[in-house]
Order: sequence, then structure tokens, then C-alpha cells
Amino acid sequence: MTATPLKEESAPAITPGNVIEVRNLVTYYGTRRILNDVSLDIREGEIMVIMGGSGSGKSTLLRYLMALEKQTSGTINILGHDIGKISKKDFFNMRKKLGVAFQGGALFSSMTVGENIMLPLYEHTNLDRKTMEIMARMKLEVVSLAGFENLMPAELSGGMIKRAAVARAIVMDPKILFFDEPSAGLDPVVSSALDDLILTLREAMGMTIVVVTHELESAFKIADRITMLDRGDILFQGTVEEIRNHPSERIQNLLNRRSEDQTIDPDEYMKRLTGEDIKGGLA
Amino acid sequence: MVKIEPDMANEVEQKASSRFFDRVGRSAVGILEEVGRYGVMLSDSIYWLVMGPNLKQPVRVASVFSEMMEIGIRAIPIVGMMAGTIGIMLAIQGIYTLKIFGAESRVVIGIAFSMVREFGPLITGILVAGRSGSALAARLGTMKISQEIDALEVMGINPVRFLVVPALLGCLIMVPALTFFGDVVGLWAAGVYVGVALDISMAAYIDQTIDILSVDDLMHGLGKSVIFAVLIALIGVLNGFMVRGGAEGVGKATTRAVVHCISALVVTDMLFAFMVTR
Repeated sequence: MTATPLKEESAPAITPGNVIEVRNLVTYYGTRRILNDVSLDIREGEIMVIMGGSGSGKSTLLRYLMALEKQTSGTINILGHDIGKISKKDFFNMRKKLGVAFQGGALFSSMTVGENIMLPLYEHTNLDRKTMEIMARMKLEVVSLAGFENLMPAELSGGMIKRAAVARAIVMDPKILFFDEPSAGLDPVVSSALDDLILTLREAMGMTIVVVTHELESAFKIADRITMLDRGDILFQGTVEEIRNHPSERIQNLLNRRSEDQTIDPDEYMKRLTGEDIKGGLA
Repeated sequence: MVKIEPDMANEVEQKASSRFFDRVGRSAVGILEEVGRYGVMLSDSIYWLVMGPNLKQPVRVASVFSEMMEIGIRAIPIVGMMAGTIGIMLAIQGIYTLKIFGAESRVVIGIAFSMVREFGPLITGILVAGRSGSALAARLGTMKISQEIDALEVMGINPVRFLVVPALLGCLIMVPALTFFGDVVGLWAAGVYVGVALDISMAAYIDQTIDILSVDDLMHGLGKSVIFAVLIALIGVLNGFMVRGGAEGVGKATTRAVVHCISALVVTDMLFAFMVTR
């Protein structure tokens, strides 16, 4: 199965089997470099987990993958479209093929859960309200929230909000579904249920799923492949088995949540703090 | 005591002046940037209003009505009350001032011109800025920090088309309408006071007012209110979009929006009067 580019005469080629290709992406926040020459492929139908500690650049990378930011260097190709060159019309058509469940759900607080889910249908289709309501109920059933369509987002728990956000994200049957920290703020049981939902969505709907998380357990459970970021660099790309058995000490430190400072030589650490060489007098 | 050498004093002075010019330069660039942002937001709004249907993203009439309800209809009681109060105040001060020259009966001229050309649009503008400019900034700011605006973008729904254009149209329709309403209520309330104070019938007061006022006077006030509407919507919206941080950022943006709105209205009012009235 290969990604079908949207109809566009000047659509640049994307490697068959890939839905997203990032090449040499460099981004800055002010003068601070956030992503450093990042290149990444996301294949059709896979679950790609992007991991990394705080400040590693994973959320920034996600914004570029969702085409929320336009790159100033490097190229990003999503579903056959070079984001730097895409026309406004094609850009909006492409956007309809993306879905996202944000960390906090990002449900519109002035609308009911049902209205939230129907919003993309209302904006992008000519379906009548009855049909849209039926579709919204179907999607709510997929995320085990049937019967909640008339509640306001404020009346839902954290886990329910995330599932409602998933229902909204899949209502247009997107080709790529993004999750930003799906486990954040959830207890282990609800978090595990959300992981199961992600796996079910891939199995049932065959969509490509990109998950940004720093939860190892969750990542190992759902990922086909993992990309590990550290200080804006891609440290690793590969399968769960490959990362588990990777010989790099830096990767194992990050996986086992050991900071670099804990692993350096104590003398070296003291020297860094005091500027003095403990063994050999003044450095 | 430390003795300051002349060279050192010169250096300190030079550094202080370069810091001053640095600050002035940065402020000037900041102001230009902000003006640019307003221009871009306005042109984006016009683009989506005109081109939206071609891109299958039309501005929803229901959203415009919803904004009109919020900005206009719900503001009717407060605008009515304030316009009435200002009308009576103008009558009281006008009679007091003209009594010095024994010309109290000419008070209607002052009330009519002041209300229709100045106070009607200004008071309405300030009230809408306080109610709706701040509400727009708070609403969009909250949506920004809770990633609702990002969610709209990923869904392929342009936030300018979905959130800004309805608010802009709502302001453009309702601020002049409220101004006209404020004019009528203010003139009527002033008429009631003048009737009691000078023993003039309401019919005579209305006749005099209609004789004095021309369509140009009415259009002067309404024209200003159209400019005020654009300013209120753009300042409210842009401050909301520029929110950074959490709830504190929303609070700051809301305050900033109200202060900027009211300042912009007063300065624009003065410039408009300067260019049109002389």
C-alpha cells in the first residue's frame, strides 16, 4: 500500500510507502537552535513514537509534522506535498486528511461534545445535521463515549476529554493521526486504555499514527518504530527491540532516566563545579 | 570618596545615551511591527470574507449573528443607560453655561451637535471596547493557550475566517447601530430634562433638534463608529492571538486590549474631528 498524493500537478515525489518525509529540518526559537538537521520518514500504516526528554524538541517537531509551522530550512513532505511550496487550496485539502488529539484535548468549551465532533463535518461536508449526528455518535462509540454527546467538555474527566478529542480527530477518517502526550495527566489504567485505543484505531481504520510521548511504557506498548530526540538531534530511529538492545550508553541512560550528570566521573564533576582538579591541584 | 575621571564620566554618559537610543529604537520597531500585524489581520479578514466561498470555507452567517447578538443586542441596556445619562448631563451643563449669557433656550443646538457628532459614537465605542474588545481578547487568548486554535488549523478550519471575520462583521454592523440607538436615547433623555427645566414641550424640542441636525452630522458620528468598530475588533482579536503563557497571559492581554482600544478610540476621534470638522 502506498500513500496517494492529493491531486496536484506539481506534487513532488515522496518515497513510495512514506506519508511524511522530513529532510534536514533546522529550526530556531529566537537565536536558540531547537531542531538540528532532523531527517525523518514516517511510513504508511505504522505507529511512530517520537520520544525525548523535556526540551528535546519533540513538540516542535510535531508542530512541523502537522504543518502548523512552515520550515525555513530543509523540506517537509506530507502526503506527497512539499509544505514549503504547496498552494493555499491544496494545503487546506491536505489538512482535512490530518487529525490531532492534543495533550489537553483542545475541545471547544462553548460547544457540546457532539458539536465538537461534528465541527469538521459541518465545515468540510454538505451532510445534513441528522447524518452528522449519526456519524458523531459512531465515532463516540469507537472511543467508548456513546451517550456523552450532549455534555459540555467541562463535565468530562481528563481521560474522557482525551477520548472525545480522539473522536473529533477521526471523524473525517484522516490518513494520519497525531497524538501529543496522550498519557499526560492520566492514571496508569486510563493511560493503558488509551494505548489500547490507539492500537485499535490502527487495526480498524488502518491509519498512520504519530505519537509524541515521554512515557516509556506506553511507547514500547504501541510503537512500530521509535524516533528518539535529544537536544534537537535525532539520537535513534528504529524498532522497539532495536532501541532496547542499542549499545549506546547515552540512549540507555535516557531510556533508564539517568541524567548524564549521574554517570560522569565524580572527579570530573567536582572539577566542573569548582574549577579545581582534586587530584592534581588547580585545574 | 571615589574620584571620577572625565574620560570615565564621558564613557558612562555615552553608554547611557546609547542605551536610551537602543530602547527608543526597539520601541519604534515594536510599534511598527504591531501596526503591521493589524494591517495583516485586516487584509486576511477581507481575503477570507471575499475568497472564503471559493475555497469552500465561507464565513458562517450563524456565527456573524451570534457575534451580533453578543456585541450588539446584549449591550443595548448599558448603552441606553449611559447615553441617557450623558444626554441629561449635557442638558444640565449646557443650561448652566448658557444661563450666563441668558441664552438657555439655545441649549438644544449644543445638545444635538455634541450628542450626534461626539458623545454618541465615543460613549458607545468605549462601552463596546470594554465589553466586547476585552471579551474577544480573553476568548481568543484562552483558545490559544488551550491549543483550540491549533486544533482548528489542523482540522483545516482557518481561524481568521472562523473566529475573526464574524467578530469583525458583528462589530461593523452593531457598533453603528448601537451608536444610532445611543444618539436617539441621549437626545430623548436630554429633551425630557430640557422640557422640565425650560418648560419646552417635547414636540418643540424634537422640531428644533431635527431643524438643527443635518444628514452630514449623523454621518459624521456614524462614520466614526465604523472606524471604531474596526479598531475594537482588530485590537481585541490581535491581543487574544498574541497571548503567551497561561492564565496570567490571558489577563494581561485582556487588560492590554481594553487600554489599547480606548486609547485608539479617543485618538482616532480627535484626528477624525480635526480632519473633518475644521
